[in-house]
Amino acid sequence: MALDWTTALSFLIDGLMLGFVFGVAAMGLTLIWGVMDVINLAHGPLIALAMFGVYLIMNFLGLSNPYPALLLTTLLALPVGMGIYYLAVHRVIDAPHLSSLLATYSVNMMLMGVMNAVFGGAPRNIDFSLGSITLFGDIVVPTARLVAALAAVLIAAALYFFLYRTRVGRYIRAVTDNRDAAELVGVPSTTILALSFGLGVLLAAFAGGLIATIFPFTIFDGGRYELKSFVIGVLGGLGNPIGSLFGGLILGVIEGLVPMFLETSWTPVIEFGLFVFILLVRPTGLFGGKS
Amino acid sequence: MSQRKPSLPPAFRLADFRPALPGRHWANWALPLLVVLGLGIFPLLTGKDVHRETMFTLLRAVVMAVSLNIILGYTGYVSFGHVVFFGLGGYVGFYLVAVQGRTLWEALLAGGLAAGLLAWLIGIGILRLRGAYFALVTIGVNEAVKAFIQNFDPFGGPLGLTMNFSVYQAYGGPRAMLQMTYYILVALAVAAVLLAYAVRTSKFGLGLLSIREDEDAAEVMGVVTPLAKTWAFVLSAILPGMVGALFFFRNGSVEPHEAFPLHLSIEAIVMVMLGGQGTVLGPVLGAAGYQAMRAFLLTNRYLKDIQLTVSGALLLLIVLFIPAGLIGWLRRRFPASRRVLL
Repeated sequence: MALDWTTALSFLIDGLMLGFVFGVAAMGLTLIWGVMDVINLAHGPLIALAMFGVYLIMNFLGLSNPYPALLLTTLLALPVGMGIYYLAVHRVIDAPHLSSLLATYSVNMMLMGVMNAVFGGAPRNIDFSLGSITLFGDIVVPTARLVAALAAVLIAAALYFFLYRTRVGRYIRAVTDNRDAAELVGVPSTTILALSFGLGVLLAAFAGGLIATIFPFTIFDGGRYELKSFVIGVLGGLGNPIGSLFGGLILGVIEGLVPMFLETSWTPVIEFGLFVFILLVRPTGLFGGKS
Repeated sequence: MSQRKPSLPPAFRLADFRPALPGRHWANWALPLLVVLGLGIFPLLTGKDVHRETMFTLLRAVVMAVSLNIILGYTGYVSFGHVVFFGLGGYVGFYLVAVQGRTLWEALLAGGLAAGLLAWLIGIGILRLRGAYFALVTIGVNEAVKAFIQNFDPFGGPLGLTMNFSVYQAYGGPRAMLQMTYYILVALAVAAVLLAYAVRTSKFGLGLLSIREDEDAAEVMGVVTPLAKTWAFVLSAILPGMVGALFFFRNGSVEPHEAFPLHLSIEAIVMVMLGGQGTVLGPVLGAAGYQAMRAFLLTNRYLKDIQLTVSGALLLLIVLFIPAGLIGWLRRRFPASRRVLL
């Protein structure tokens, strides 16, 4: 492939836009980890479920535009996440990691089993087009990706506002810092934990829905994005939601640039290599996390 | 002021493999061994090939579960991608037989070694870290190795490798080969149980159990935890690697999706949890019980599509309500059984 600057720049911009979306997915994972030290292994299937949620709602209501369906799916994700918390996580919240990992993994298995039975493995896509726009004179960008990137930045800003400017957000941060102390001063910790889990799932669902507007998807795709979320989460520091956004950007740049030098099938090998490298050199992530 | 560097005690000496406490009941090792041998001999008594093939799958699961238990049950670290050792051992063994023209014995050895080496590399890198990081890495490692092998031309890339059936002539033809590989698998299953027993009752195993209970306390008591964890991981990887080499030799072909089925790792976890993590007999019973349940679900008209969901629900129920599994529950409920059941 000829290495001209226009190609490089368009790969880079593409990668950056996807990076924001992946970053939001990782924010969901890392928010849960930060608040309750639980790694949500149902993250991937939940992303896939959101993709199908957007697809189904769109077809059911006969919409021609996926964004209202995306909004509805995102709102539905909050109670789903809280339900998962009460059903699977609450009993093992203070148990060793083994228990919470296996508990969330069992949710993963159940979701995958149901989705496999209902939807099968066939790929779907959301049939709509926003066309594309041209930036800087000669770089063509699909509008759907630009919208997805902007939406991702918006929800990250909303999360920041929620965590730092509202009472409930302050409760969440209090529970993150010290759950016992938060309980002593009257924070309803169980509700806050459930809400945090729901928020994490909400972010995952939002990212999943955005990805569905860009790429075709199958029920098995969730696993891929889950893996990306782990890599991003570790890059940005597990437990640091805003770091995730930057981690997503780094991953996006890598994904944008790798195809210029190697075949795309090498991307998972490189991503994983980076993941292990960061864990070895700086386990708290580039931007600091919760130790 | 110069301070003498304290020399680290070696984490893995042969002496550590002597039983930590005397006075073990003979049933502690005899019961799991009897179960494995009973399962292994059953198809020889009936003489039916179909029983032998069923038992081959079951014993493969036994080896996976019993091996996984060393890191999952004894040490308390979850490996979500244990099948990577099965697949890697399978690929290395298959490559030696099909491309290099080596014997099955060399393939078995090399498969076990390759798996052990990979586990060692992951272990020294990652097991310094505590808790959940290790689980994250094991999820990624399966995908990464699979992606790597799909791009690795000597192993046939995405198409994999196939074997010329004339290779089997050296082992008395395909029929005799099927019988012989079955005996080898029974031997490997026996080896897995003996290894699990030896680790569980040794001083090294006691160190692993203390890591599971409280890693800080274990360190204070002199367990060199990163080394002990790494060796536990290596020990849990070798036999799955050998079984992989055996399985794909018997299969006659190997390709990436067949070699790294993630569901096999997950099923092994469910088996260990079902039978009782951290016990010797538990994973054996868990593997047998899970396979029986799976066979029932897959042949049931209504349940076969949601078999994964049922397994997941089962895992959740165990984790939430009987985290000790069957054997652990029996040991707690009937204290008198503790002498016999391990």
